[in-house]
Amino acid sequence: MEVLQLLIYGVVLGGIIALGAIGVSLTFGILGFANFSHGDLMSAGAYVALIFFTTLAWPLWIALPIAVMATAALAVVIDRSLYRWFRSRQPVILLISSFGVALMLRALVQIFWGPDTITYQTGIQMPYRFAGLRIRPDQVTILVCTVLLVLAVHLFLQKTKMGKAMRAMADNPGLARLSGIDTERVVLWTWVLGGSLAGAAGVFLGLDTRLHPEMGWHLLLPIFAAAILGGIGKPYGAIAGGLVIGIVQETSTLFLAPAYKPAIAFAILVVMLLVRPTGLFAGRSTV
Amino acid sequence: MELAGLLTYGIFFLTLVGIYGLLALGLNVQWGYTGMLNIGVAAFFAVGAYSSAIFTTQPSPGHLGGFGLPFPVGFAAAMLLSGVLALAVGLITLRLRSDYLAIASIGIAEIVRLFLKNEGWLTGGVRGLAGIPRPLAGWFPGYDALAYLALVLALVAAVYWANERAWRSPWGRVLRAIRENEAAARAMGKNALLFRLQAFVLGAMVMGLAGAAYAHFVRFISPEAFDPLFATFLVWVMLIAGGSGNNRGALLGAFAIWVVWSATEIFVTRLPEDLVTRAGALRVLLIGLLLQVILLTRPQGILPEKPPRPERAD
Repeated sequence: MEVLQLLIYGVVLGGIIALGAIGVSLTFGILGFANFSHGDLMSAGAYVALIFFTTLAWPLWIALPIAVMATAALAVVIDRSLYRWFRSRQPVILLISSFGVALMLRALVQIFWGPDTITYQTGIQMPYRFAGLRIRPDQVTILVCTVLLVLAVHLFLQKTKMGKAMRAMADNPGLARLSGIDTERVVLWTWVLGGSLAGAAGVFLGLDTRLHPEMGWHLLLPIFAAAILGGIGKPYGAIAGGLVIGIVQETSTLFLAPAYKPAIAFAILVVMLLVRPTGLFAGRSTV
Repeated sequence: MELAGLLTYGIFFLTLVGIYGLLALGLNVQWGYTGMLNIGVAAFFAVGAYSSAIFTTQPSPGHLGGFGLPFPVGFAAAMLLSGVLALAVGLITLRLRSDYLAIASIGIAEIVRLFLKNEGWLTGGVRGLAGIPRPLAGWFPGYDALAYLALVLALVAAVYWANERAWRSPWGRVLRAIRENEAAARAMGKNALLFRLQAFVLGAMVMGLAGAAYAHFVRFISPEAFDPLFATFLVWVMLIAGGSGNNRGALLGAFAIWVVWSATEIFVTRLPEDLVTRAGALRVLLIGLLLQVILLTRPQGILPEKPPRPERAD
């Protein structure tokens, strides 16, 4: 029974990781660098939602889209003002720059909201119970929203021209450029997509736990692990990878001190890098 | 009194510059020479600091040991254990693209931090580890801080000399060749993995030495001190600002960025009371901005890399 309960928590966390990992995987595939600022982009989204959801007390279904759009805009602004200039140089410069951006975003969050832990809503939520299992209303919201977002991403990637171009470019940037894809536009939309999902993931993380300036940074390692597990540049792989990492992290508390949860993500990452550095789903080209 | 205070501050300041200089020199071997992205400097720094502290403190119930050994043993243990950690990490990750090393290295740093925090029997946990002896204390009565500064600067000079020798040596040339074009280096029959592993381990050992120097300087360490911000990010900014691949640049960067960092501290402490708690974040924002400006306008740093002039063959 406890395993099932942890499984539920694992799916909730896994969904959040998956949303982050889609963005990391696509930017890694398309721009060729591991974006170290993605976790802190999530934090930024979570704190933007705090303004509308908590300070102004607007309902979540208004606060969430605002936070999502703001995070997407933030990702685009960072790309236009910094990353764009580094793209013609080595990808490692992008990585170093993104590491700096991560700290700058965290610093901004601290300047505006202080270093302390904050919650969206005070008070205890009564969990729903069925068959001895508990799930909080917030977690149901997170699950439903995550499924809807993943569906939307799926439709976008499969049905729209931009989505197909994005997959093509993540799969093979050189070939995509040769076949006449407007790469600058794809890059722009990659940041919009990645930023949006990061914003949503940040809000969900805040709902599931609490807000803290380092909340996103601490999730970065599981997100990288998920993206690598699923295969870089494979958005569907990132979703699967996220779920696996989330579930394994939560169920690991059965036999490991909870403090070492991040170490589990790292262990999976290392095993993947050793055994199959191309990721689980590299064999298939699009799915 | 004014002058004495200024001198004390000067000694304190230069000792920290020396410690950061060691970190920057260590990172220079990894990144500047060989192009390996180590975003986990904090891990090797922390392992060095804790190793030396455990070996040299007096026995204490709060943590493993201490063993009360003389400080050279502590410094040697710091280098050795950091090197062993680097060897383990390197064997796993150095075959992969540099991005994966970067990701794995933050993982290592995170796990080392968790370990220091949670394994109280070994490290004292969040309570930290106190009573670390100051080497050379009492040798020159009244000048303990100055004597320690001299020791740190001697270490910096030794590592600088070794780095410069390595840079000019055939070994350093192979590292640059691997950095610029690994396939070509391998085609020339060089075992790229082995050379990278050597550079990674040596760089990490220098970081471990820096950790030991730091532990014996502040004499109290806790996991907080090995935050990625101070122990990793600042070192990167120093090396890039000073000039990756240039040892004098690494030292100049350590000095210049530490001046900037300390100057921002003076600036933000003058802010109104209610803003002071957030002032630390403002400093980070400024340093982050500085890094971006350097990357945009002068990515080669203040002192760009200068490959040694080839000797005339004819």
